[in-house]
Amino acid sequence: MSRSFAHLIVAVAVTSLLVLACFQVPGDWNWSGVWEYRQKFIFGWLVTLGLSLAALVLSVAIGLVVALFLGARNPLLEATGRIYVEIIRGTPLLVQLLLGFYVIANAVGLENRFVVGTLVLAAFSGAYMAEIFRGGLNAIPKTQRDSARAIGLTQWQSFRLVILPQAVRLVLPAIAGQLVSLIKDSSLLSVIAISELTLNAREVNSFTYSTLESYVPLAIGYLMLTLPLSATSRWLEASFRYER
Amino acid sequence: MRLTIKNLTQTFGTTRVLNKLSLETSSVHALVLVGPSGGGKSTLLRILAGLDTPTSGTVTFDGTVLQPDEASLRIYRRTVGTVFQSYNLFPHLSARENLILPLVHVHGLNRDEAISRIEEPLRRFHLYEHASKRPAELSGGQNQRIAILRAMVVKPKRLFLDEPTSALDPEMTAEVLDMIESLKESGTDFVLVTHAMNFARRVADEIAFIGDGTALAHGPADIVFENPENPRVATFFEQVLR
Repeated sequence: MSRSFAHLIVAVAVTSLLVLACFQVPGDWNWSGVWEYRQKFIFGWLVTLGLSLAALVLSVAIGLVVALFLGARNPLLEATGRIYVEIIRGTPLLVQLLLGFYVIANAVGLENRFVVGTLVLAAFSGAYMAEIFRGGLNAIPKTQRDSARAIGLTQWQSFRLVILPQAVRLVLPAIAGQLVSLIKDSSLLSVIAISELTLNAREVNSFTYSTLESYVPLAIGYLMLTLPLSATSRWLEASFRYER
Repeated sequence: MRLTIKNLTQTFGTTRVLNKLSLETSSVHALVLVGPSGGGKSTLLRILAGLDTPTSGTVTFDGTVLQPDEASLRIYRRTVGTVFQSYNLFPHLSARENLILPLVHVHGLNRDEAISRIEEPLRRFHLYEHASKRPAELSGGQNQRIAILRAMVVKPKRLFLDEPTSALDPEMTAEVLDMIESLKESGTDFVLVTHAMNFARRVADEIAFIGDGTALAHGPADIVFENPENPRVATFFEQVLR
């Protein structure tokens, strides 16, 4: 049996079970109310897509830079990276969003909540990325750096041409997992009143009193973002493969 | 090449790996360093190759002193080639890309020039049909020969080889040693660290026996092998050549 066929069978089985379970729910399903507000779902989904894409690119960049800080010989740089990672990882995203928007953004005069939300989300995810990248960079044997020096590469060339490509291959699965988390974590941006997918679904729920009918499209909306991401990651993994 | 080493000392923490090592060769094409493991051969070779800086002492090649700062050493490393025991090719690149990388990024050739420069050597050493493979798809011997080619295609003044056959089985060892021998015949100067004593004797113009962080014996191969004055050297040869 081919792998993709197996995936299809399991996916169909799980969906059927879920649909079956839905029929067991007492009361009638009312999709007409939710259908009326379909524009809100589409709009919210697009906002989530935009926010996530921006935060995704930014968090990878933050992760790489902070990973270099964590591995830096300069103790001040190392301390900066370490404290950043520990504070971000040690506090809830909810708190970071509220403090980020109402305190820090306010203090620096940043008013656009989309920008603030994206920045906080990227900073949050970037801390996790940094640890992943650091692990990947450390896993490249010292002999590779030696070899790069021996052929006369500069430190920067050695990083760019030898170390980074190998590290990226190593950390790809973990980074993809972190990006999937980032997309789902974007649902918390509703607390600073960003009109993303989750906020719109909750609003539809309060207009129509049909909770499940609002949240099922929500789940599907997130899967539409995360599944292609996972598939892309697996494809990249296969095309970067250099072991036997 | 003519190599002069004066009072070379290298310490790592409290361990003194090289202890006031001095050595002066005549004009040689192949200098082979032999001796017991942990005696300082590889440490010495890394200094000669410009990869490490000694704690004190000087190294002079053909009248030019190696400067200890990283910027000068990087320029120096671009003029020589180094091959390690565990071949150290870049695993994410094909054999061909491994050869092209230093030509393009260090020596300023464009891609087409680099590709045409490596074609003849790849064919000469029967590696052309393997050039598109990555290191994991090649045998140890093929990997090591590609590593030697990578050091050679930049046309270095001389080559440093650190136990190039220690990680290989006898058959692969033979193919790598054949390659080194043919490099010597085509006029490449090199410094070789090896445990392959018969090969050392055949290929070396001069041999230096490195032990206890210093040069315990040095001279033409036959003299060092046949009549070592130092008892430590004599015992070593008795054991390994038995």
